[in-house]
Amino acid sequence: MSYLEYNAKYVPTGPRKILYLNWALVILLTAVASAGFLMLYSVAGGSAEPWMDAQMKRFAVGMVAMVIVGMIPIWFWRNVAALGYVVALVLLVMVEFFGEVGMGAQRWIDIGPLRLQPSELMKIALVMILAAYYDWLPMNKVSRPIWVLLPVAIILIPTALVLKQPDLGTSLLLLMGGGAIMWLAGVHWAYFLTVISAGVGVIVAVFQSRGTSWQLLKDYQFRRIDTFLDPAADPLGAGYHITQAKIALGSGGWTGRGFMQGTQSRLNFLPEKHTDFIFTTLAEEFGFVGAFALLVLYALIIGFCVASALRNRDRFASLLTLGIAVTFFLFFAVNMAMVMGLAPVVGVPLPLVSYGGSAMLILLLGFGLVQSAHVHRPR
Amino acid sequence: MRRPTRDTAESNRKIARRTLVLGGIQLGVVGALGLRMRSMQIEQADQYRLLADENRINIRLLPPARGLIFDRTGVPLADNEQNYRIVMVREDAGDIDDILSRLRRLVPLSPEDMERAKEEMMRRSPFVPVTVADRLSWEDIARVTVNAPALPGVIPEVGLSRVYPLGADFSHVVGYVGPVSDYDLSRIDDQDPLLQIPRFQIGKTGIENKLEHTLRGSAGTRRIEVNALGRVMRELDRQEGIPGKNIQLTIDARLQSYVEGRLEGESAGAVVIDLENGDLRAVGSAPGFDPNLFVRGISVRDWNALNENIYRPLAAKAYQGTYPPGSTFKMVTALAAIEEGLLDPEETVFCRGYTEVAGTRFHCWKRAGHGNVNLHESLKQSCDCYYYEICQRVGIDKIAEMARRLGLGIEHDLPLSAVSAGLAPDKDWKARVRGEDWRIGDTVNASIGQGYVLTSPLQLAVMTARIASGRSISPRLVLAIDGIEQPSGAGESLGLNENYLRRIRQAMDAVGNHSRGTAYGSRIVEAEMRMAGKTGTSQVRRITAEERARGVTRNEDLPWERRDHALFVGFAPADNPRFAISVVVEHGGGGSSAAAPIARDIMLQALYDGPPPLSAYPSNVRGRIRAQQEQLESRVPPGAVPADRA
Repeated sequence: MSYLEYNAKYVPTGPRKILYLNWALVILLTAVASAGFLMLYSVAGGSAEPWMDAQMKRFAVGMVAMVIVGMIPIWFWRNVAALGYVVALVLLVMVEFFGEVGMGAQRWIDIGPLRLQPSELMKIALVMILAAYYDWLPMNKVSRPIWVLLPVAIILIPTALVLKQPDLGTSLLLLMGGGAIMWLAGVHWAYFLTVISAGVGVIVAVFQSRGTSWQLLKDYQFRRIDTFLDPAADPLGAGYHITQAKIALGSGGWTGRGFMQGTQSRLNFLPEKHTDFIFTTLAEEFGFVGAFALLVLYALIIGFCVASALRNRDRFASLLTLGIAVTFFLFFAVNMAMVMGLAPVVGVPLPLVSYGGSAMLILLLGFGLVQSAHVHRPR
Repeated sequence: MRRPTRDTAESNRKIARRTLVLGGIQLGVVGALGLRMRSMQIEQADQYRLLADENRINIRLLPPARGLIFDRTGVPLADNEQNYRIVMVREDAGDIDDILSRLRRLVPLSPEDMERAKEEMMRRSPFVPVTVADRLSWEDIARVTVNAPALPGVIPEVGLSRVYPLGADFSHVVGYVGPVSDYDLSRIDDQDPLLQIPRFQIGKTGIENKLEHTLRGSAGTRRIEVNALGRVMRELDRQEGIPGKNIQLTIDARLQSYVEGRLEGESAGAVVIDLENGDLRAVGSAPGFDPNLFVRGISVRDWNALNENIYRPLAAKAYQGTYPPGSTFKMVTALAAIEEGLLDPEETVFCRGYTEVAGTRFHCWKRAGHGNVNLHESLKQSCDCYYYEICQRVGIDKIAEMARRLGLGIEHDLPLSAVSAGLAPDKDWKARVRGEDWRIGDTVNASIGQGYVLTSPLQLAVMTARIASGRSISPRLVLAIDGIEQPSGAGESLGLNENYLRRIRQAMDAVGNHSRGTAYGSRIVEAEMRMAGKTGTSQVRRITAEERARGVTRNEDLPWERRDHALFVGFAPADNPRFAISVVVEHGGGGSSAAAPIARDIMLQALYDGPPPLSAYPSNVRGRIRAQQEQLESRVPPGAVPADRA
């Protein structure tokens, strides 16, 4: 059923739409963001400057943007999905040529007063285009090779561009997020099985080849992989961050060392303590109770998104909501796994908590789309 | 945009099924994250807590205040003074040359200092603080503090540093401290963590070195919290160390300074010992050196100057230097013979100016000879032939035994560096060390303190003290440690025949006070203060028969290093001795002309506990003595710290 065919008279109009927002989601997002404010206050040594104030302002702006996006009908977003993807792609290419180098990678682009990270924009744009694509594509064609190759290309082009920046974290997120939407759209499981087993096969082959006559990589490349996989082997170099992060996290114990009492963060042993590694400060100061509570909040956000998606009979809205949820999930799961030493250190922030405007704004815009889908669902 | 109708129900079912699978995977991941948190934060929490504490807590040592050293009257000889200094950390400073040149505009800093600091900074780890400037005034420190933003890596510090207020006067007794070196660490077996502190000061010589453990105290600790850069954030707790113990010496600072002043210009040693308890009242070695130079780190120029000086300022002649005792040894030979019952004090020996022994002619210092001499006369006039004769009766082994009994040829237990044992030679020694048989000529030489006999001024003073008291006095340098008095050196009776000892003392009295005595010129005219003694002149060269025939060359005509050593030993008052003294003037010429006057002046200073009245001197020398006293009163020892700073 398409939007033009369902009975639009039950869809709320005008300012009344505000009442139909997914308020539970709004509260959960605010709760998570508040935890972030608290931690930014703490890592600044008990000061709103320089991080908490700025973060609160961005969150306020982001929430307003979310509501505005949420009040714009979902079919509008479906119609501009393709345009959004193309714009994001163009910006990604531009950043390659005109981008500013930050943190050792080309990620930023300046458009007048606006400082933009096109790879962040692409996370949402990719979800939108894929949702729109599968909304448009008849169900019976979903698993046909030609119609599988098209979304694969849609995913791989931005992934490759982001990887070249180089931003491994974001490109992995794009790849997995895109793959998840293809899976949800109903692409035959055999494709996934093939890709996964091929990937595993390649990795096994590469490692098996080490030290043999048909070695697939150069020795120094292997050594880089070693450091990447086992940072503990280099405790003062690459491994320093993760070692200190684990110490901070572990020393929290059940209830933590108390607000602003975390020695690891307060004494600067923790790297990137206000951005990618902020979770370790939270875990150090509030212990297992605090860290697990945050995990539950994240899970609840996913849960509410999934509930909203499954109740929505519109295919685009449903896939979009689930796609945003998966992207969000990948964010916090990769970040937490990273700081707990379960995954290699790739630059992925903790969503809504880590200091940083671009990521927060993009995520809230994404939740704006979820709200739009929720408000304008067929009834 | 119009679109064909879809099978919504089928689409929704498909999405729901796929969501279930994906949701399951997500739930699994969330569960895994939760479990990981649980394992790290609950099961391994203690371990991580420990690691976090190791990260943040550093233990720093607190150096204890070093014990002070006082003289017997409480005058500070080694003190600790507040010391403002500037240290620099290479890694914080960045451009060392630039910072040093900026620093130079604020505090006095010689190009040499800068070079040394730079060298040390490059040699040590980049984060080790290196002292750039030491002993700065408060104003200097204030200037540096005000300009701190322009001087990264420069840290003003305050600490205690050693200062020797009396400078060179105690250089050979108190010694000096200096920064612990790699050589020290390899040489001494000391586990004290304090030694690991860069530039920690330990005793290098003298009391400072020998009583290092008494003076050092033990380290306190300070637990501090540091951040990731190693910067100190706050102090968690502090346990004070135990300060070193204070040491009081038996030395009388006033007398010691007098001795050093009186010896100035000579290369000499002098020791004054208290007969009541063996207290060393003065242990003088001239020339001295400023020990404060070593605390600061001596410059190459100063070091070379000390090393190249032919008067050897670094040698503690009073207890390290050994000299043939010459005639001062004659009491030993005489006592050995009397105690063995081989000599009657009244027996006379005829001196014709020489004695033939085993075909060799041994000369008396007086060519014409002394005629008939008994014990008394032999000492008074210092006749050599008398001893050439009696030594052959008693033999070298008995003489050496008596020498050791009187404190020669043995090492006295004093907390000083390289205390010399001297040498009281005997047959066994010559066979063992030289691999030769003892010859009678060796005995004859030894009988007048020549040949192989070697003694230090300290040993001569002990010998004189033992003869004067009849007790086995041993020297005592440390009077008290932290107020606890140390064992006296009074000693038991030597077990010598008191009658014979009295004879010897009477003869020594005559040496100083009989008009024909060899030290008559240096007598004390105050009857109750009379000084008894013995002069000695020991040859450092061989006088050939040829030279003797021509006439022995006078000392004044010889180069300094070939002149005779001048010696004097004595005690006073002669009737009721309180102090014994020994003076050795290297290459000073004759004992009666070079050593005895010095001994007399020092002895009077000791007896009167300050400048003596001129009436104690023979009237013909009073004018000269007055001028000398005035000059010594106004003397400031080299390297002395002005009273207002001390």
